[in-house]
Amino acid sequence: MKGWTLTFVLAAVFGLCVGPFYWLAMAATHANSDIFSWPPKFYPGDQLAANTAKLEESIGLVNVLGNTLFVAVAQTAGAIVVSLLAGYAFAKFQFAGRNLFFVLLLSTLVIPGGVTIIPIFEMMNDIGLIDSFPALILPSLSVPFGIFLMRQSLLAIPDELLDAARVDGAGELRVLWRVVIPVMRPVLAALAVFLFLGAWNDFLWPLIALRTPEMYTLPVALATLQGLARTDFGQVMVGTAISSLPMMVLFLILQKQFISGLLAGATKG
Amino acid sequence: MTLTLSRPRRMTVPRRSFVTKRNIPYLLVLPALLGFLVFKAYPILAAMYISLTTGAGGARSFVGLDNYVRLVNDPLFWTSLWNTGLILVVQVPIMLLFALLLALGLNSPLVRLRGLWRLGVFMPSLTGLVAYGVMFSVILRKDAGLLNWLLSLFGVDPIDWLGSPFWARIAIVIALTWHYTGYNAVIYLAGLQSIPKDLYEAAMVDGAGSVRRFWSITVPQLRPILLLTVVLSTIGTLQLFDEPFVLTGGGPDNSTLTISLYLYQNGFRYFDFGYAAAIAYALTLIVAGFGIAQMRMQKR
Repeated sequence: MKGWTLTFVLAAVFGLCVGPFYWLAMAATHANSDIFSWPPKFYPGDQLAANTAKLEESIGLVNVLGNTLFVAVAQTAGAIVVSLLAGYAFAKFQFAGRNLFFVLLLSTLVIPGGVTIIPIFEMMNDIGLIDSFPALILPSLSVPFGIFLMRQSLLAIPDELLDAARVDGAGELRVLWRVVIPVMRPVLAALAVFLFLGAWNDFLWPLIALRTPEMYTLPVALATLQGLARTDFGQVMVGTAISSLPMMVLFLILQKQFISGLLAGATKG
Repeated sequence: MTLTLSRPRRMTVPRRSFVTKRNIPYLLVLPALLGFLVFKAYPILAAMYISLTTGAGGARSFVGLDNYVRLVNDPLFWTSLWNTGLILVVQVPIMLLFALLLALGLNSPLVRLRGLWRLGVFMPSLTGLVAYGVMFSVILRKDAGLLNWLLSLFGVDPIDWLGSPFWARIAIVIALTWHYTGYNAVIYLAGLQSIPKDLYEAAMVDGAGSVRRFWSITVPQLRPILLLTVVLSTIGTLQLFDEPFVLTGGGPDNSTLTISLYLYQNGFRYFDFGYAAAIAYALTLIVAGFGIAQMRMQKR
């Protein structure tokens, strides 16, 4: 009996959490005038194709999706490589300045993003990278949290494993490729998911750094669309659904990696 | 294709390579170091300098601590500080309490379909700023908004969520709670699951009831994680930007203007970089102060 009450309460909380997404998906299939009907429509309409076509016309949906995907993949891949290499150095090698660099790196975690955004904007402006993809990708390649996560996980790998490969005549790069990366695969996957989620949803910096609509990422394009005086909510809802959908699907497939990536994010402090 | 296949595999004979045991750590750490110097260290120092100047680009002039003096005398800055503090004090305890209760529910063996519920409550934390903003600006509408519809089922009259200073703050609290409760609950759930079962078994043998077990085992065991989430949520809320930016724009009547939003407005609406940088450093001091104070408490 008690179990059923608890189950019911959790189902209600589940409804509050998932309900807005369900409603969003339904709204994406209705015309602007039907979206704000009373009571709300919780069943699908027939305007999905029309809304999508309008969205393609107003923001260039296909192009914008391509931009978003390219930037998010490049940023994630780059940051993964940088984090893995640096984390490996911190965990398994002695070198001059190691501790100093590590402490400096971690201390930047407490500095709000608002501090660095103005100088980075001026820098990008000075070297003419404003309104380009490198302006979005480059600042996010050296991620202190990613480096820290890699270092912590690599510390758990016994040195003997690496030394055994070296004794067998493997060069340093081969040790990295053949021993370190295979062992690290689950952690790399968790970090990748975490970074990709951040890059896919990134809004403020792209908003500041991009100028021309052809360069926009999906969040920026959606925000400009929503800011228009007479917003057509049908297309806004489609765009919003499209921007949330990939994450939901990825999450359903990679639940474990998501949760461990976000939990690792929580323990970064 | 066949050519590459039939080629004999290269022997792993030691070969003079560019990468040696001696230089490899430096090569490994170089990309991270470059990124750090260019996009972290330099901007942090540059922002410090910019906060001591006024004007932009070539026409920048050094004004010493003028921006900081202006900050202390700026009623809007104090308003933003007050709003941020108010939202922090109200929202963080509510959210973490909900999250803990939710985690206890999700951890209870009596509950069916636990995996499904856990999946659902985690979903809001995946939503990006813009998607979230669009959804909530529609959910919170006075006419035909989803929330007012839900409340109408219980006989509550429509509320003008974003139109009055009081309700706008409540709306921010609701949106924040929706966004992050599930995330914190999943953190607590991981903590609950790592508590050794035999602690509970031993307590049951000793005749401790469920309330007693909660206070004497669950709470002390979860303490580090509880403190961690308090620190993270506090730091996050001090930097609150997303919700007021997408939902209220700081209004009405500056009732939801937060420090980060005020920073953004000065920097990228008025292009007053010097003043924005000063606000950014003030915020850094506040965040660092809270962080250190809470870490101290954690050690105790």
